[in-house]
Amino acid sequence: MSSTTKRSWTASARKRAVGALPPEKLLPDSQPSYMSSWIYVFGVLTLTALIVIIASGSILALKGPGWWHFTGIGHFFNSIHLWSVELFFFFMVIHLWGKYWMAAWRGGRARVWMTGAVAFVVAVPCALTGYVSQQNFDAQWISTQAKDGLNAAGVGAFFNVTNFGQMYSYHVFLLPLAVVAIVIAHVLLVRKHGIVPPFQLSDRGALLASASKADPEPVPPRDPSVGNERARDAVSGKAAP
Amino acid sequence: MSRESRRREDESYREWKGAYRPYDILREASIALGVVLALAVGLTILFSSPDLKPSTVQSWSRSDPVDFVTTATTELDGTSGTGAYGPPYNHASDGQHIAFVYLAKWFGVSHPINTAQDFVLAPLRSITRQPVLQAAISAYQAAPASTQTGWTSAYEKALGNARARPDGSITVKPGNYGPVPTMMGSLLTFAQSGGLDGALLTSKQFYQTDYTKPLLFMSDGGVLDSRAQQQHLLGTQWGMMNETGSYPGQVWLWLYTFWYQIKPFSTSANADILVMGVMGVLSLAFILIPFIPGVRDIPRRVPIYRLIWRDHYRTQRADGA
Repeated sequence: MSSTTKRSWTASARKRAVGALPPEKLLPDSQPSYMSSWIYVFGVLTLTALIVIIASGSILALKGPGWWHFTGIGHFFNSIHLWSVELFFFFMVIHLWGKYWMAAWRGGRARVWMTGAVAFVVAVPCALTGYVSQQNFDAQWISTQAKDGLNAAGVGAFFNVTNFGQMYSYHVFLLPLAVVAIVIAHVLLVRKHGIVPPFQLSDRGALLASASKADPEPVPPRDPSVGNERARDAVSGKAAP
Repeated sequence: MSRESRRREDESYREWKGAYRPYDILREASIALGVVLALAVGLTILFSSPDLKPSTVQSWSRSDPVDFVTTATTELDGTSGTGAYGPPYNHASDGQHIAFVYLAKWFGVSHPINTAQDFVLAPLRSITRQPVLQAAISAYQAAPASTQTGWTSAYEKALGNARARPDGSITVKPGNYGPVPTMMGSLLTFAQSGGLDGALLTSKQFYQTDYTKPLLFMSDGGVLDSRAQQQHLLGTQWGMMNETGSYPGQVWLWLYTFWYQIKPFSTSANADILVMGVMGVLSLAFILIPFIPGVRDIPRRVPIYRLIWRDHYRTQRADGA
């Protein structure tokens, strides 16, 4: 490496990024053999529900906040937006419960759990600002009810749920930006650390094997340099060298 | 388990050294997107979405003029919910607190509202060419505070037995109310014409998006409450986590709403800050589960993981046999 390259911020950043997330980790074409449960589907379902939310929300934002009240097509996209939000939270809650029961923070994955949990916590006010931006009776009621908790906590001083303009700004830009940023961080951390392996079973069945008995799995070791063909062999029972 | 053995055990989970299977992440994501889109469109076609028209001060004053005038009178003497609220609207109280922690008070009055001035006197002053009304306002403002309170208190008491006439005005038993009935009669007419809705939104600039004043005014009365009760949205009905009609609302707020249903929260004057405090602690704990002994250990003591990874363990047993 030349001295110029060594001093380059760009080259250093690229080297660190590729080191942390090489292409085969970022876009993998194989996955650990233990990932054979429907519970794993809910992560990607949550992500895709978020895509539908953003797409339908963008259409609503393009036409302005009043559009959906007086046009059929506007109401249609508002309904898509509502139901994708409901699906998003439904999938995310199942995903979170699944990850809890897997203790998905094991093996240095605490940040993976924490970013996922923060995504949920930030998604709640993102949805709330949407509800109070509806410009209908539901928005009136929710804003006049929600103000008391926020005011009591001092939050109401700078986050006024009865101010439509402020809530609309939060809903269409600031909070979605935060949710998307956290979700991207979460996904990149998942790709970097991989999906948490199963608990190892002891002779008594339910407890973990001690670290001295680590890796008792009767499956061949994974050589990162080995391609997909080797992975298929491993699953089919052919031993790796 | 010692700290060292826990560390070594945790380390053993860092990287999977077992078998891998083919996987197409982009294909999976595309299929998932199709499924979610189909579900959202299907639910939209089947159920659409609710959109109940908002209440207005005009519709409220026309449908329940007695409640409107009663509320307006409490706004005039500062005894309404907003008038006595405290921060961030005024200094009428210190706001809610936990022990010595007065967060609302510390953040101060950021959205100042003088209910008498903003909800009653200023809108009435904007009505021109009514010398009798303007004289009544002047008489009210010139009177000592105790006299003003005497007039409004007597009027509020009389409003308890008031009746609405077919023309939308109200009948109140005669009494010593000073200029208050004149003022309230004009305010009622102004509201029924739709003028008060606009007057409450008036600001120093042409464009306006802040609906704090009309919303607080209406929430001090019974108009929002009565509609909310019909739509099962009251706090005692699990409140704002519900949606109008039979639609699922913000069901993810169930835990937040739950605390309001039980003591001591349900009977506390500081319920909001207590619930926010509890939810703040629980949210932090939720994020920090990996570091909380006991909570982080439950998953390996409850064998749900055996169900999740049943195929993996079955393969292990078969290979070990």
